[in-house]
Amino acid sequence: MKKVLLALSAAAVISFAATAAQAATKICFLYVGSKTDGGWTQAHDIGREQLQNHFGDKIETPYLENVAEGPDAERAIERLARSGCELIFTTSFGFMEPTIDVAKKFPKVKFEHATGYKTADNVASYNSRFYQGRYIQGQIAGKLSKNGVAGYIASFPIPEVVQGINSFLLGAQSINPDFQIKVVWVNSWFDAGKEADAAKALIDQGVDILTQHTDSTAPMQVAADRGIKAFGQASDMIEAGPETQLTAIVDTWGAYYIKRTQALMDGTWETQSTWDGLIDGILTMAPYTNMPDDVKQLAMETEAKIAKGELHPFTGPVMKQDGSEWLKAGEKADDGTLLGMNFYVKGVDDKLPN
Amino acid sequence: MSLIEAVLLTITTAATPLLLAAMGELVAERSGVLNLGVEGMIVMGAVVAFAIAQLSGNPYLGALCGAIAGCVFSLLFGLLTLTLVTNQVATGLALTILGLGLSGMIGESFVGEPGVQLEPIAIPLLDQLPLLGPLIFKQDAIFYLSILCVIGVSWFLFRTRLGLQLRAIGDSHGSAHALGISVIKTRYYAVMFGGACAGLAGAQLSLVYTPQWVENMSAGRGWIALALVVFASWRPLRVLAGAYLFGAVTIGQLHAQALGFGIPSQFLSALPYLATILVLVIISRNRRLTLMNTPASLGQSFVPDR
Repeated sequence: MKKVLLALSAAAVISFAATAAQAATKICFLYVGSKTDGGWTQAHDIGREQLQNHFGDKIETPYLENVAEGPDAERAIERLARSGCELIFTTSFGFMEPTIDVAKKFPKVKFEHATGYKTADNVASYNSRFYQGRYIQGQIAGKLSKNGVAGYIASFPIPEVVQGINSFLLGAQSINPDFQIKVVWVNSWFDAGKEADAAKALIDQGVDILTQHTDSTAPMQVAADRGIKAFGQASDMIEAGPETQLTAIVDTWGAYYIKRTQALMDGTWETQSTWDGLIDGILTMAPYTNMPDDVKQLAMETEAKIAKGELHPFTGPVMKQDGSEWLKAGEKADDGTLLGMNFYVKGVDDKLPN
Repeated sequence: MSLIEAVLLTITTAATPLLLAAMGELVAERSGVLNLGVEGMIVMGAVVAFAIAQLSGNPYLGALCGAIAGCVFSLLFGLLTLTLVTNQVATGLALTILGLGLSGMIGESFVGEPGVQLEPIAIPLLDQLPLLGPLIFKQDAIFYLSILCVIGVSWFLFRTRLGLQLRAIGDSHGSAHALGISVIKTRYYAVMFGGACAGLAGAQLSLVYTPQWVENMSAGRGWIALALVVFASWRPLRVLAGAYLFGAVTIGQLHAQALGFGIPSQFLSALPYLATILVLVIISRNRRLTLMNTPASLGQSFVPDR
């Protein structure tokens, strides 16, 4: 009975999709959250569906969801590799080390890791310039916030998240030089209750615009409940706050997945490290809603400028939090510094955890 | 609403699911059954409560069905461990895994759907009291139930004959059996009570805390509830104190971060656990009393002599 139970539950937790034709190429995905989380993982799963639809019967796209970062991840990746996957996308920062480790054992299998910085002969990395969207959000916040303080619900102190915080603030300061943000770390990518608590704490302390770098829609819901505005993250969260969401950074991975799968089929797959942005369509902004027309106009102009390369969010003069100079007037941050970003710019009301 | 009031309100919301789940588990453990499936029962309660509330438009019906779902789910545990005498630890873990998976499956079509919120009920006159009014007398039904639950369980365990029997079973099921008390039947009731409480805790998550359904939305609260019971040395009032302390430090640390005190956030995130363990260990430092409160047959299977 117990065995049956365990088998049942295992089957329920690990839901493998599709078992189409035999000759199909297996392109596999590893998710940190549930594919219906309304945020990060859902965006990847939409990409996977686009990939499946594009190639139809020629490929299979099994996935494992709710895989914790850490030792579990290594087992899960190895399992995918053993099951005949030819290309495996591991879609969370914390999957980087396990991906590299497993890749050594399976030199013929190709791996692609999202948002990391390590590569190998059979491991490519891909990332999106989320910070471009954050800058636009910052400008909107700078225009709309009456108190000049925004709340930022952050997950883990990794460069990607720090970039977002800094970029948001620089965008806001380009409108209101005294703009400040309060940061709360929840030390989790996905904990609806804790994210909601963080949102409440920030609102109780007087922020009137909320943005998040976590994956659930709970903060959006709290913002709606308390009548302030908020930004969605990773997926369009308009359903959680029809009157609340200003815009959202929407990750659109589909085109990249199709491109890389095509490369695999053509035999031209090579390791690489890409970091695409608004212009490449890997990052799009949800419709600008719940804001006056002039703000909307500004946001769209900024979006166009960033996409065309006319505007780089990290352009000097920029001071670090401690007041020292980081970028001279007109100087643009290089990608290396951004990818390893471990400091705040001036105006963040928080001490960066190490 | 002042800042203090707002903070205290958030604390009660955060503490209520822990309190409810822990009270249920306390009764089960007092009868000698260690059910590690709390997390699974909570999440089952959450998904069923959300689904029923959403389909019927009635959050009370949702909450009721959430409690029933937790109860039914715990019956599965009862059937396995009490009737078929399987290992309680392994079965409890399996229940958690099953609950997390099953709830994800049931809830798949409800993700992203707008929730139905359980609105606060103001108790006339009392809700006008300064500070205490909005805090205690203008809350949702599940909050009131959680407080009644503490009072009821304390009274039942220590003031009634049935409670005494239940504790006797937990301390020595052999002796209780010899005295003619029905061990298995009592344990079934205790496990079901635990399940209903956990289910209600789940309903609180999906109807009050964050009125939506997302997979794994219990996010480890079942484990915290389990730990609370042990560190509170199986005393209802200490569970109450522990749950509220945990809630208070959780919320407090978020505010400390927002205020920018510059304390490392990793430390702050660990603080609720550290503080709660520390305080409850200090309260329970009397070894003799703690031993007296520990159900001696906890986790042991009972097979009546033929």
